[in-house]
Amino acid sequence: MSRKQREEERVRGIFSRRALALGLGQMGLLGFLAHRLHRLQVEEGERYATLAEENRLSARLLAPPRGRVLDRNGHVIAGNQLNWRALLTAEQTTDVGATLETFSRIVPMTDQERARVERDVRRRRRFVPVTVRDFLTWEEMARIELNAPDLPGISVDVGTTRIYPEAEHLAHIVGYVAPPAERDMDGDPLLELPGIRVGRSGIERHHDLVLRGRAGAVQMEVNAVGRIIRELDRREGVQGQDVQLSVDAALTKTLRGKIEEGTSVVLMDARNGEVLAMATQPSFDPNLFNSGVSAAQWREWTRNRATPLINKATNGLYAPGSTFKMVVALAALEARVTTPGERVYCPGHMDLGESRFHCWNRSGHGAMDMRTALKLSCDVYFYEMAKRLGIDKIAAMGRRFGLGVPLDIELPGIRAGLMPTREWRQQQGRPWALGDTVVHGIGQGFYQLTPLQLATMTARLATGRAVQPHLTRSIGGRHVRGVRAEDWPSLGIPERDLRLVREAMWSVVNEQGGTARAARLPPELGAMAGKTGTTQVRRVTREQRERGFRVEQVPREWRPHALFVAFAPYDNPIFAVSVIVEHGSSGSAAAAPLAREVLVEAFQQLRPGPGGNFGPRVAEARPPGGTRP
Amino acid sequence: MRFERRLLLRERGTGVLEKLWQIPWIFVLLLCAVGGVGYVALYSAGGGGPDPYAAKHAIRFGFGLVLMLSIALVDIRLIARFAWLGYALGIGLLVMVALHGQVGGGAQRWLDLGGFQLQPSELMKILLVVALASWFHKASWEQIGNPLFLIPPILAVLLPAGLILKQPNLGTALITMMVGGAVFFAAGVRLWKFAIVLGAVAIAAPIAYDHLHDYQRARITTFLDPESDPLGAGYNIIQSKIALGSGGFWGKGFLQGTQGHLNFLPEKQTDFIFTMLAEEFGLVGALSVLGLLACVIAFGFLVALRSRHQFGRLLAVGLATNFFMYVFVNIAMVTGAIPVGGVPLPLISHGGSAMLTAMVGFGLLMSAHVHRDSELGAARDQR
Repeated sequence: MSRKQREEERVRGIFSRRALALGLGQMGLLGFLAHRLHRLQVEEGERYATLAEENRLSARLLAPPRGRVLDRNGHVIAGNQLNWRALLTAEQTTDVGATLETFSRIVPMTDQERARVERDVRRRRRFVPVTVRDFLTWEEMARIELNAPDLPGISVDVGTTRIYPEAEHLAHIVGYVAPPAERDMDGDPLLELPGIRVGRSGIERHHDLVLRGRAGAVQMEVNAVGRIIRELDRREGVQGQDVQLSVDAALTKTLRGKIEEGTSVVLMDARNGEVLAMATQPSFDPNLFNSGVSAAQWREWTRNRATPLINKATNGLYAPGSTFKMVVALAALEARVTTPGERVYCPGHMDLGESRFHCWNRSGHGAMDMRTALKLSCDVYFYEMAKRLGIDKIAAMGRRFGLGVPLDIELPGIRAGLMPTREWRQQQGRPWALGDTVVHGIGQGFYQLTPLQLATMTARLATGRAVQPHLTRSIGGRHVRGVRAEDWPSLGIPERDLRLVREAMWSVVNEQGGTARAARLPPELGAMAGKTGTTQVRRVTREQRERGFRVEQVPREWRPHALFVAFAPYDNPIFAVSVIVEHGSSGSAAAAPLAREVLVEAFQQLRPGPGGNFGPRVAEARPPGGTRP
Repeated sequence: MRFERRLLLRERGTGVLEKLWQIPWIFVLLLCAVGGVGYVALYSAGGGGPDPYAAKHAIRFGFGLVLMLSIALVDIRLIARFAWLGYALGIGLLVMVALHGQVGGGAQRWLDLGGFQLQPSELMKILLVVALASWFHKASWEQIGNPLFLIPPILAVLLPAGLILKQPNLGTALITMMVGGAVFFAAGVRLWKFAIVLGAVAIAAPIAYDHLHDYQRARITTFLDPESDPLGAGYNIIQSKIALGSGGFWGKGFLQGTQGHLNFLPEKQTDFIFTMLAEEFGLVGALSVLGLLACVIAFGFLVALRSRHQFGRLLAVGLATNFFMYVFVNIAMVTGAIPVGGVPLPLISHGGSAMLTAMVGFGLLMSAHVHRDSELGAARDQR
C-alpha cells in the first residue's frame, strides 16, 4: 500500500510539473497574441486606419449640365435632354465579357459596339462607369432592371444628351458635340465621365470650356459590395454657362427657306459686327452626331458635291466681282490717282498691248465719273483705276475692309481667303503682269473671299469703322463685346470719300439706270444702298462672244456666280448684308432681289426702333440672358 | 473496454445544497462576463440591435448555464464510469455525420437533430478528454512507460481524428490530436516519445500536404502570402487585419466600426467576432477580452492542481487545453498568425453548437472542482 502511495505521489508530482509547464506555455502563447494585437493595432494602426478609410470611401465626379446656346431672343439653339443609358462599372463585375454577353442577350448589341465598350473599359480606370448603350427605350430599360441580378456591374442611369431644336438651320454656327477622343483628354477629370461630350465645331467648340463647366465631386461611404451607404461630402461643380448668340434663330430659319442650294446669306448688324443671320444651303442635322453618325450618312455628307458639312458663308471662297469696286474707288481716292469728278471715257473696252479687256456693256458707257462708274458698274473705269494704282495698293485697301484676312469670329477653322499681291504671285514663281492688275480692278482674278468677309466689308463701308463680325452676345448673362459702333476703331478713311461711295451705292438701287433698281426697298423701310456683282467661273471665249453669248444656253455649273452686297437704311445704317448665289448668272437678277427679301425680313422680324434698337419679338417675348435658376 | 468499472465509494456530503455551495460562483460570474462580451459584440454585428444574433445568444447562454450547472452536480465517479460509453456515443455521432450529415462549406460536419444543428466533432473532443482521463487514472509510472499500455489511448485519439479529417476538417482534426496530446503529456508519458512523434510529423507533413484538399492547400498558401489573392482566399485575412489595425488603441467606439458595419469584414458574427470587438474597442478592449479568456483557462489549471484524484486532474487539464485551443486558434487566425479555419470563439461567437459544447465542457470542469476530494478507485487495481 505504501508502495502504491509512493507511486501515486510520483505520478502526481510529474503531473503538477507538466500541468504547470502546459499552463505557462498556454499563457505564453496568449501573450504572443497580445503582442501581435499590439503590433497590429498600435504600431501599424495608422497604416491600417488608412486602408480602412480607403475601403469605405469612394469619390465620384458629378457632371454639371452643359451650358445652353441661345439665340439673341433667348430661344434655345443647343439644349439638354434627359436620356436613359446603361453603364458598366468594371470593378463591380468579375467578368466584363460575361456581363456584356448577358447584356447583349437582353438588349442586342453589334460586335462594334461591344468592341467599343471593351476598349473604353480598358482605357478608363476600373471604377469609372462606361456607357454601354445610350438612348435606351423605356422597354429596354425595364428589361435591364428586371435582369439586374444577372448583370453585375450594369446600372441604368439618367443622363443628359445634347439636343439642337433648330436642327440643320443653325448647324454651321452652333456646331455639334461628340464623345471626347484621346487627344481631347486635357487632364480635366470631367472628360472621363460617361456620356460627356465635347464641342467639335462651331460655337460648341469655341466656347467648349465655358459650356462644359467644372466637375463637382461627391465623397461617399460605400460598403463591401460598393453600395452607397451615405454621402459624406459634396463639392458642387461649376455649371456650364449659357452662351447667348447674336443670331436670330427664327430669322435664319425664314431666310434658309428662301434660298437654294449653293446660296449663302450673311446679315450683320453694321454698327457693331453682330451676326444676325447666316444662312447657307445645304446643311446637316447636328443631332445625328449625338448617337454616332452612321457610315452611310457620313459618306453621303462627305461625297455630296454641295458639301453640306462646310459653312459656305465662312469657308466658301469666291471672287468678289463688281462688289469689290468700292474698295478700288476708295484706294484710288486715297492714293490721289483720280478725283471724284474726273471722267474716264468708256468705249466698251480697253486695249492693253495686244490684249483687249471688255466692259460688260459692249457698246460702252461713254464718259464716266466715279459715282456713275459705280452706279453703272463700268468695267473700263476700274480697269483704268487699277492700272493707275497697282495691285498692292488695291490689296492693302481690301485688307482694311477685312478681305483676305482672318476674321475674329467665334467659329473655329474659318478661311482667311486670299487677297492677291505682287509678292504672293512671285512666291508662286510667276511674274505679276499688268493685265492681271487690270482684271483685279473689277474684282475678278485670284481673289478668294468669303461671304462673311463681303458682309464685313459692307458694314465697314457703312460705318467707316473696323467692325469685327462676331456671334457671342453674352456668356452667363454678361455681355462680352461692345454693342456700339464707337467701340470699334475708325478705318482712317476720310468721311468725304466714304460718303461718295455710299451715295454711289445708293444710286445703284434707287436711281434710274442703277444695276439693282428693281431691288429697292418698300419706301416705308427706307432706302438701301448696294452693289451688284457677277463673277465668271469660266472664261467666255471669243467665238461665244461673237455668236452672241447667252447664259441660258450654257450648263448651270458654267454660269457665273451672282453677288450682291448692301446696307440699309441708307441714312442711318443698321443692317449689312452679303448674298452669293452660286451660278445665279447675274447679280442684279438673282442676288439683289434676294438681298431685298433678306432686308425686308430683317426689318419685319427684328423691328429696329427709332434709336436703332431691335424690338422684342412678339412670339418669344422673354428676356435675353440666363433664364435658368 | 469494460464498462462496469468498480468504483470505490466513500460518500462524503452528497447533498445537493452542499454541492451548490461548492460550485465556484466566481467562475460562473467570469463566464457570464465572457457571455456578456459576446452579447455586446453580437449586438454590434447585428447592425446595432438584439436581432438577429444577440438576443438568441443570450437565450442560448442562459440555457447553457443551466446545462453547465446541472452537469456540475453530477458525481464525478459517474462521469468516470461512463467515460467510454460517452466516447463510443461520440464516435457513433461522427459516423452518422459521415453517413448523412449536412454539407456545409464543402464538408460534412453538421448533424441535424430536429432543428438543432450539432457539430459532433466539437463534442467529440470533450468526450475524448474524459475517456483519456479515465484511462490514465490510477495508471502507475511503469504502466505509463509501457508502450503497449499506450496503444489503446493512441488509437482512441486517432479514430475520431481520422473521422474528422475525413469530413474534411483539417483544423479540428489537428486540434483534437493536440488536446489528446496534452492529456498524454500531463499523464506523464515520457518526453522522448513526444519527440519521436513530432519528428515523424515533420517528415510526414510534406507527404500529407499532397493529400490535402484544394481549399485546405489554398488556406495554407494564402496564410503564407495573403496579398497574393486579395479578392479571393486572402480577402478575409486582409480585411480582418485592416479592421483590427484601424481600431487602434482606443477603438472606433461601439457600433462605429466601419469594416464590420460596411460588411468588409466577412463572417463577423462567427469566426471574426473578435475582430469586430477589436475594431470597435481597440487594443484596450481586445486585451481585456483576452484577459478574461486567459482567466477561464487559468481556472481550468487551478482545478487540475487542486484535484485529489488523477481523473479530475487530467480532465481539467484536457478541458482547459481544449478551451485554450479555441481561443488561440481563433485569435491567431483573425490576426493572420495562422491559416484561416472555421474555429469560433466560444461563448462570444454566434452559434448554438459551439456554445453547447463549451458549456458541457465547463460543466465537467466544475464537476471536477466540486468533487475534487472524492475518492476514485479504478478497476485496473486488480491487474
